[in-house]
Amino acid sequence: MNAQPAIISDVNITWDLPSRGRVGMFCLISAESAIFTIFVVAYLFYVGKSLTGPLPRDVLHAPIFFTICLLSSSLTIHLAVKSLKRAKVGGFALWWFLTLALGATFLAGTAREWRRLIYDEGLTIQTNLFGTTYYSLVGLHGFHVTVGLLAITTVLLFTLLGYVRQEHAERVDVLALYWHFVDAV
Amino acid sequence: MATDAITTLRADTASLPFVVRLHEWVTTVDHKRLGILYIVYALVFLIIGGIEAAIMRIQLIRPHNNFVSPEVFNQMFTMHGTTMIFFVVMPMLFGFANYLVPLMIGARDMAFPRLNAFSFWLTAFGGILLYFSFLGANGLYGDGTAPDVGWFAYAPLTSKTFSLGHSTDFWTLSLLVSGFGSIGTAVNIIATVFCMRCPGMTLAKMPLLAWLNLVMAVLVILAVSPLSAAQIMLAVDRYLGGHFFDTQAGGSAVIWMHFFWIFGHPEVYVLVIPAFAFASEIIPVFSRKAIFGYPVMVAATVCIAFISMSVWAHHMFTVGMNANANTFFVLSTMAIAVPTGIKIFNWLATMWGGKIHFKTPMLFCIGFLFQFLIAGLTGIMLSAAPFTWHLGNSYFVVAHFHYVIVGAILFATFGGFYYWFSKMSGKMYNEKLGKLHFWLFVIGFHLTFDFMHIPGLLGMPRRIYTYEPGRGWDTLNLIITIGVFFQAAGILVFVANLLWSYFHGETAGSDPWDAWTLEWSTSSPPPAYNFAIIPEVRSRRPLWDRKHPEDPDWKYE
Repeated sequence: MNAQPAIISDVNITWDLPSRGRVGMFCLISAESAIFTIFVVAYLFYVGKSLTGPLPRDVLHAPIFFTICLLSSSLTIHLAVKSLKRAKVGGFALWWFLTLALGATFLAGTAREWRRLIYDEGLTIQTNLFGTTYYSLVGLHGFHVTVGLLAITTVLLFTLLGYVRQEHAERVDVLALYWHFVDAV
Repeated sequence: MATDAITTLRADTASLPFVVRLHEWVTTVDHKRLGILYIVYALVFLIIGGIEAAIMRIQLIRPHNNFVSPEVFNQMFTMHGTTMIFFVVMPMLFGFANYLVPLMIGARDMAFPRLNAFSFWLTAFGGILLYFSFLGANGLYGDGTAPDVGWFAYAPLTSKTFSLGHSTDFWTLSLLVSGFGSIGTAVNIIATVFCMRCPGMTLAKMPLLAWLNLVMAVLVILAVSPLSAAQIMLAVDRYLGGHFFDTQAGGSAVIWMHFFWIFGHPEVYVLVIPAFAFASEIIPVFSRKAIFGYPVMVAATVCIAFISMSVWAHHMFTVGMNANANTFFVLSTMAIAVPTGIKIFNWLATMWGGKIHFKTPMLFCIGFLFQFLIAGLTGIMLSAAPFTWHLGNSYFVVAHFHYVIVGAILFATFGGFYYWFSKMSGKMYNEKLGKLHFWLFVIGFHLTFDFMHIPGLLGMPRRIYTYEPGRGWDTLNLIITIGVFFQAAGILVFVANLLWSYFHGETAGSDPWDAWTLEWSTSSPPPAYNFAIIPEVRSRRPLWDRKHPEDPDWKYE
């Protein structure tokens, strides 16, 4: 067991490495992006190739309100992390809860949309190519939102129990990074 | 103080009862133990996959043979391919990456030790799930056991109509599970390399092995994720009645091919880049020279990774793409030969003028160099679309990619085994047995795979169960199968050597090769904490600097 360092350096090396949480999350986001890309490619490739209806232009409406909800949750989570970095735990809890609420609203919107498509329009994952690609893509996204919401809820519970302090800002920031990705998708 | 405590703990472990030691191995988060788990796991599957290959070759030893049924033959080539790629080569290389990268960059562990353990167990259960299909895949229809759709599982063979029962489900789920494990390991390797380097080790001073594994991990993230996506789609088709690959509903069988090969081609480089990494560490040490053209080696590797993302459809020339697509993929495939050629010349230049020691690791690396060159040359032949129109799906293709995977990757990996065995076990391998393994394997390899090109040129398609006599294939197939027995003997010698040396080998000492990278600065096997004091480095060969303070590398780099 060699105890001495490999080289006794005569100059002091300044050594600054990136946070492993952020690097790891960026890697995960790259992998997730690749998965989403394949699903988006499949969706676009099959646009107009369904043999039977219903078709996207018949049944899809742009869900503007719910999209705004999800996108604005990116802003609230950013503000939450900013508060925590300044040690304002109360502000953090408020913005964090708002993020959770906005995310949950989006998920509820998706659920309502799916209910309408399934019961009123008769579009299921088995109906045609549009159904298969649409539900897979949106479902994959919904799954990611759900995972994000579970993580956010966990942090919220810890906050309410008083475990979250300023020094956790970096970890919370990594979670926020994931949430930004989910929002962007 | 802490050091003493940990050392005592280690001394105690040796005498603990078996169950306790087993529990320690199962619950470990130590990168070295996980690395060894990966490697042992891969060796077990290497034997299994090898037996499957031998069954196929015995079936083809003469025309109209009836050694196994056609159904079993289909299962054998599917399981052989899937096992060797996903449960032998990948875990083996991940194991070496796990073991070596933190040691080489002077870190105490990987960036995320628990994720590391999680990834290993995902991969492990993926393999077990695949093999459980032999028992559990009968399903409702009693049709088929193990997957029999080929390792790339083209649609519509995988649809419910053509693949009754659950064999294909086992295939797709096991690859999905192990794929997530691979992505986890890749995330871990990247984070380790970026965030855990010891002071002074800038990216430009990292050992090539760390660099190449970084590139490999990036490729895993970009390649295995699309495969996971495609497997999810296949599961949606099979379980939820989706139509992704269902031509009856307007779906496309060709898009599965695209998705699979978007994974499949970069995957080749996922496998071969760590093999390059072994060669890049072993060749300099046994030539007693620093690696030639370090920056160019790194640049060539990044270049290969980049180009490898845009060559996938050369697996699909026979599908019938349009002329523009064919031209693009022909040119991009040929372009990849340039950085690869640069690497071969750099290894040769490293050996040139060096004082070469012909030990077993070096022998395997020299074998790697020559065989990889030939594999690359047949690769360039096949990259020309008209050539593939003639020889696509023939034994020529099988010979080509086995030249890559066995001739290059497996040879370099054997070199790595012999080189780092002393570090991992603390014992030296037996040099005589090592050389015997090398020569048996070289003879067997060339008997099998050199001769396999010829029936391909004569028109023998891959995956056929048997063939008619009198087509000029009979003797060739006999020779190919004889080669397999030589290879099997080589593997037996190899395993015997590992086991014998582990129990009875000479003690290796911390640095048996007089090498230059940080893993040789710690004891063999390294303590759980790797380095008592985190080292500081100033050049690419920190141990050279320490051994030769009068003439250190950092004065010249």
